[in-house]
Amino acid sequence: MERFKTGRFDGVADVIAIENLHIGLQTMAGQTPVLDGVSLKIRKGETACLVGESGSGKSLTSLAVMGLLPSGVLKVTSGRIMLGETDLLTRSKRQMRALRGSRISMIFQEPMTALNPVIRVGNQILEVLRSHGLASGKEAKRRVLDIMDQVHLPDVERIYRSYPHQLSGGQRQRIMIAMALILEPTLLIADEPTTALDVTTQKQILALISELQRKHGTAVLFITHDMGVVSEIADTVHVMRHGQIVESAPAQVLFRQPRHEYTRALLKAVPSLHPRSPRPEVSAPAALKVAGLGKTYASGGFLKARSEKRAAEDVTFQLMPGRTLGIVGESGSGKTTVARCVMRLVEPTNGAIRLGSLDIAHLPQGRLRDQRAKIQIVFQDPYRSLNPRRKIGQSLIEGPTNFGVAPEKALARARELMEIVGLSADALDSYPHQFSGGQRQRIAIARAVAMEPDVIVADEAVSALDVSVQDQVLKLLDDLQQKLGIAILFITHDLRVAAQICDYVIVMQHGKVVEHGTAEAVLVAPKHPYTRSLIDAAPGRGWDFGACREIAWPAAVS
Amino acid sequence: MLAYIIKRTLAVIPVMAIVALIVFLILRLTPGDPAAIIAGDSATPEQIASMREAMGLNEPIYLQFLHWIGQLLQGDLGTSLLSGTSVNALIASRIWPTLYIALLTIVMSVLIAVPLGTIAAWRHGRLSDHIVMIISVAGFSVPAFVVGYIFIKIFAADLRWLPVQGYKDPALGFGEFLRHAILPALTLTTAYVALTARMTRASLLNVLGEDYIRTAHAKGVSEPRVLLQHGLRNAAVPILTVVGTGFAMLLSGVVVVESVFNIPGIGRLTIDAVMARDYPVIQGMILLTSGIYVLVNLAIDLAYTLFDPRIRY
Amino acid sequence: MTRTLGETDAVAPQPGVSRFLSLPGSTRIGILPAIAAIVLLVILAVTICAPLLAPHDPLALSPTNRLKPPSADFPLGTDAFGRDLLSRILYGGQVSLFIGLGTAVVSVAAGLIIGLVAGFFRLADAIIMRVMDAFMAIPAVLLAVALVAVHGASVVSVIIAITFSEIPRVVRLVRSVVLSAREEPYVEAAISLGTRMPTILWRHLMPNTLAPLIVQATYICASAILIEAILSFLGLGIGTETPSWGNIMADGRTYFLVKPSLIFWPGLLLSLCVLSINILGDTARDRLDPRMRKREG
Repeated sequence: MERFKTGRFDGVADVIAIENLHIGLQTMAGQTPVLDGVSLKIRKGETACLVGESGSGKSLTSLAVMGLLPSGVLKVTSGRIMLGETDLLTRSKRQMRALRGSRISMIFQEPMTALNPVIRVGNQILEVLRSHGLASGKEAKRRVLDIMDQVHLPDVERIYRSYPHQLSGGQRQRIMIAMALILEPTLLIADEPTTALDVTTQKQILALISELQRKHGTAVLFITHDMGVVSEIADTVHVMRHGQIVESAPAQVLFRQPRHEYTRALLKAVPSLHPRSPRPEVSAPAALKVAGLGKTYASGGFLKARSEKRAAEDVTFQLMPGRTLGIVGESGSGKTTVARCVMRLVEPTNGAIRLGSLDIAHLPQGRLRDQRAKIQIVFQDPYRSLNPRRKIGQSLIEGPTNFGVAPEKALARARELMEIVGLSADALDSYPHQFSGGQRQRIAIARAVAMEPDVIVADEAVSALDVSVQDQVLKLLDDLQQKLGIAILFITHDLRVAAQICDYVIVMQHGKVVEHGTAEAVLVAPKHPYTRSLIDAAPGRGWDFGACREIAWPAAVS
Repeated sequence: MLAYIIKRTLAVIPVMAIVALIVFLILRLTPGDPAAIIAGDSATPEQIASMREAMGLNEPIYLQFLHWIGQLLQGDLGTSLLSGTSVNALIASRIWPTLYIALLTIVMSVLIAVPLGTIAAWRHGRLSDHIVMIISVAGFSVPAFVVGYIFIKIFAADLRWLPVQGYKDPALGFGEFLRHAILPALTLTTAYVALTARMTRASLLNVLGEDYIRTAHAKGVSEPRVLLQHGLRNAAVPILTVVGTGFAMLLSGVVVVESVFNIPGIGRLTIDAVMARDYPVIQGMILLTSGIYVLVNLAIDLAYTLFDPRIRY
Repeated sequence: MTRTLGETDAVAPQPGVSRFLSLPGSTRIGILPAIAAIVLLVILAVTICAPLLAPHDPLALSPTNRLKPPSADFPLGTDAFGRDLLSRILYGGQVSLFIGLGTAVVSVAAGLIIGLVAGFFRLADAIIMRVMDAFMAIPAVLLAVALVAVHGASVVSVIIAITFSEIPRVVRLVRSVVLSAREEPYVEAAISLGTRMPTILWRHLMPNTLAPLIVQATYICASAILIEAILSFLGLGIGTETPSWGNIMADGRTYFLVKPSLIFWPGLLLSLCVLSINILGDTARDRLDPRMRKREG
């Protein structure tokens, strides 16, 4: 079987053709356009993926098609958007409104916020029919229930009457899809529709979109940053960068023979699912030993049945110096709770956290403070992990000076560290907003390393970064580990990232550890069904993007 | 749900208890002898002594407080030093004009302010938005009594359309009531409209930035429907909150406006009591207005559950 | 700035997309705030220079010149005691503005400390917030009226009386800023770095409150000027031997149908002053902290 979709579209009519589209900032005429001559066409039944890193202009392209560019800020300066025979850019507001939801529709990234919280979801779907003056009363409701059925929602009568907050993320995205497809549009725009979802849910939603597309012959413009997803669903791929399309090709061609240098760089940066080669066992005593760790959140109380939520339960592992242990799981699995307990940012309910020889799980604050230097954390969001009002230098010496290092000495060390993490020492006098996300993450790492810790906890530390930056930050962590022998506890939802950096992997589900072993054992020959389903759901898992070829998996997985 | 209602209702108790304590302390922690202050400058030592006795000032302070609280719990606000009648009866006889005017104010304000704020948010950054914003900021920058006098000067003194001062009970004819109540209510409305329109605009602007508004546009929903069904409905909770917290401002305004328009409501009662140093009446009035404020906000909190299905504690 | 090759802004919002439909305000200084600033500066200047500008002694009684219309000698006419209205308004501004500023400073200082404590110490929080709820529940004018009635009216007692009803707003503001800021990763990073709690409070949390506090201070200043006027108007303010805009208007009450200018001129000046402060407050809010729009009201 072919690895990529091989839809043939020779002679199939265009549904949409974007021709030489330019978009500029309204207030700054003459500036570099935000979108610079974008052209692409999508034919009936075709899935076109628009892929690029943040700021490349991919979402803007879709908003332009929808006629939803924020007025007064951005405007189309030239080009055409042909939907069949009509140029959308010449349509009036009223005409565009009539087209939206009926001939072109769109689904968004965050199903949590994209639905109105105070209106029942059935009525929100119904509103599409009503807004286009189609169907009313019983007939309308029948059509809504029918489309809800088609997106495979269970118990449609009940869900029809539910509010968004009563549904799961996957169900909400199904509602969004139902809303988008109820009038059988010719073009569906999906803007990162699975980015906010867990991998297993993502797999189902991707399958659903493909299924409905086949059924109705819809053209799909799929916007994503995830090459794995692209490899699963795309007929055609358009790679965007700085407001331009740098390469367009059928998926087959693009993944096997990428031509443009940027495409190749992008593919190379996609971490492989294949685990790193094993490193020798360490015989030294463990840097961190966690035994029977549990965290229970109590809720309710007054006049209400007490309920307990076990965020983490009986978690046990040990972390060797100079090695990386990954905790992998979907949202709600308890992986972040474990990280925060280990840092004592939340109080563990039970269990032991041995840092070296000392159990810090229940240490009083005063004595805990003395131990803080030994274990440091790097957070997910680089934009919030540095105090915006303090200079980089001030942030870097805060820790060491807390432990009695003279400021001048700490500052000298900070200079060295900046060089080590790949930034210039002058940057110490700058403020965080002067740096990009990746640079800030380097600074956050430098701040942690300045404490000369035995353990660094990296809580989704590369999840907010673009793949190319992600790659560099992972390399930096690896380098630092080799130089300084730091043990890393790496929390991630991304199996690819885990495969790149972890020696050992723990898989968590519903607060419990379901599998524990070397990266090799867990990722290549998983034993637990949940681990298997996670690996199975990882998009593009059979493809080595950097090498442009299949990964030879042992038979055990497939 | 029921648990939330009960819990929220019980939360009123500590707040009112602290209000009572504050009211008590304002009077008792005065420099000097409250009995001497109340009895007045011309009182003889004997009169002051008997006043101390009557006020229970010879007891330890905590016992005084407990006595007073005990009285309050029986619904007894005490006895007016000036007229000798019970504070309850005084308030009961004076509260209706105030309530009618307050009600008229709220109805007029919401009817004017919500559409104004909606238009401003809809035309955000345009001329109509700026005009609404300037009017609304001006509305609470002018003291209520100045507004009142301007209205009297224009509509009563110059145009002679309406009476200068005074009050007629609605029972004596609604037309007459309105003729007397409209200027005081309009006076209070200027500030209240300003506040409510600002809040409507601000919360609607917030809501209009939400993702689900973008979804509604993507569905092809018409502009007015996006604004009303998706926008205002989600903005209702903060708007309601400001109507509630603005109630305190309204109660303050009543004192001023009743004084300007010579209306025999509880606002005038308060000022007369302050002038006469009639402390039981002052205490009673503060307790009453705070109580009304707390209850109005309780009602609004409970009403949230109707507007927002997510609030189910 | 040195940028590592190939790095792009990871989470930087694409222009216009994240701020979809809610347009950013214009970036230039508006005409309105500029006018407000000028008006306020002029009012400040003439009240401060009252001793130089006032044509008469604001306290000089002149029984022969009662309720005179404007003339060359008395540009705005005289009041019921024959005192020069213009001179009284100029001097009266000093008291009104001082009370506005004084209340703003005292309320913000006290509210900041109480709010920081409430935001950071769980135990104190519950008690402090209940007390603040209680103060919020008492209408500002009534509270001030009661306090002034008991303690007598002086500039200081009026400031203190108004402060009591303004503090809860400051406390709530500071507390909410602290509560949301303490969830920030950079605060948790500071905890992990072994920084002590008081230092975290001062170094990482307090600065977040400054911008919203500046805005709040302007609103308090405006509100205090208004409440002072109301107190005086009700006959509870500072005695007329110290003229304030409020008590000049109070003096004019009895004669307002005969001589409306006794209320009109001080009322106009006071309103312009409060309006200007409010406009500057709004401008500051929009500039300093866009998030403040959520707390408007």
